Amino acid sequence: MSTPIGQMYRLEKKHPLAIRWFHWINFPLLGLMIWSGLLIYWANDVYRLGIGGLTLFHFFPGWFYNLFTLDGRLAEGMAWHFLFMWLFVLNGIAYVTYTLISGEWRYLVPNRRSFREAIQVTLYDLHLSKSAPPPRKFNGAQQIAYTAIVLMGAGSLVTGLAIYKPTQLAWLVWLLGGYPMARIWHFCLTIGYAMFFVVHIAQVIRAGWNNFRSMVTGFEVIAVVEASVVPAEEPVVIPAAEPIVAPAEEASDE
Amino acid sequence: MSDIDREIRRRTRRSFLIGGAAALAGAGGWQWLRTRPQEDEVPWPVRRVLRANEKIARAYFSDGHLAATFDPAKAGMPRRNGMEGLGDDFDAAQWKLSLVTPGREQSLTLDDIQALPRVEMTTELRCIEGWSQVVHWAGARLRDFAAKHRVKTDYVGLETPDSGYYVGLDRDSALHPQTLLCYEMQGAPLTPAHGAPLRLVTPVKYGIKSIKRIGAIKFQDSRPADYWAEQGYDYYAGL
Repeated sequence: MSTPIGQMYRLEKKHPLAIRWFHWINFPLLGLMIWSGLLIYWANDVYRLGIGGLTLFHFFPGWFYNLFTLDGRLAEGMAWHFLFMWLFVLNGIAYVTYTLISGEWRYLVPNRRSFREAIQVTLYDLHLSKSAPPPRKFNGAQQIAYTAIVLMGAGSLVTGLAIYKPTQLAWLVWLLGGYPMARIWHFCLTIGYAMFFVVHIAQVIRAGWNNFRSMVTGFEVIAVVEASVVPAEEPVVIPAAEPIVAPAEEASDE
Repeated sequence: MSDIDREIRRRTRRSFLIGGAAALAGAGGWQWLRTRPQEDEVPWPVRRVLRANEKIARAYFSDGHLAATFDPAKAGMPRRNGMEGLGDDFDAAQWKLSLVTPGREQSLTLDDIQALPRVEMTTELRCIEGWSQVVHWAGARLRDFAAKHRVKTDYVGLETPDSGYYVGLDRDSALHPQTLLCYEMQGAPLTPAHGAPLRLVTPVKYGIKSIKRIGAIKFQDSRPADYWAEQGYDYYAGL
């Protein structure tokens, strides 16, 4: 697919190389952590969504375990989980460190406007509003989502540590509301990843090839708005300002 | 085709080639890892990682790190799990505990254990399957038992009278103040299903190490055999 004739384009650097590597390394690592976590969870699969005795959904139905051959592999699951945890955590730390040092965090961390903007973006994406998201690197919804997923990773590490060494880290277990509760948190975060994944994939498909490609190549093709087409702004002449002398008492209020 | 088209195509081709090569390398590494010769049912590189994890855990381990204790009112009987080594041909009245220390073997009775300081604790039994249960236990510290018999070795092995189930404990875990030779659960003598007349209980390990119906205790410097470690579980299994 080549760019249409008559329109100027340029390549714009979007995602730094390091972030692309961290992202794509995290993808299989998180996948392996979830897979091995399911092998472990199978051995005591007690969680469900329901009210009283009524179960709306059991985590997980038999067909789910069968589909992915998850049953009867507790020892194997633990072995893989306690191997890949190192890589998952190291990659996560490397990513956070990089975003902090490089200044990338400025694009990623939500600010005061992000929450309102996130609502606008969501309404727009659901075709309930016509105001398009701002053409920034990451809009408010993305900032919230990409920061939340990092915090969730930290949450998985902390709750995971509590389950892994509940006697050595008894204080951490206590902070999390007890051992069974720490296990529930750890599980809920995993469900959160699955939900993030579904929305993320849907949004990547919606955003299209140019956007997806930028996460691989680092570059996005941007249409150039030609200078000649844009009416030149009238130079604004600012009259020399009158020196303003503020009364002493007002100035002291500032 | 514009310069921009050429440029992005060049970059796309390059990035996807690198990415594809990285994906292949990752898949190759995964395939290699999975197919290594097994050591106790686990590919040897994975077993080595479990050992490395154990080293870190043992370095951090301390007698001062105690399992949380609970109000005895919150305690209950745990489910009956694990029947290995608990065959029917066993007479508790004829039971004797065999104590094996370097160069010596002796036979003890339950009275010998109960002569040691009695300890009661309400701790959480945590099964490797993922469930947990707060239980009120009573027994003697294994460390008091070891001190009385003046024995200190790198490991302690425990097994059922028929040797059908056996576990190994590293010294620090065995001598942890909450590791008990337990003879009462929930205020009553142990039932056969929970390991009468004597079982181990320790909150520094998964329940698989809390062996029921102890027939022999062996103090030794080499790693004792461990039933579940032979079947792909982590030997240390420390909490």
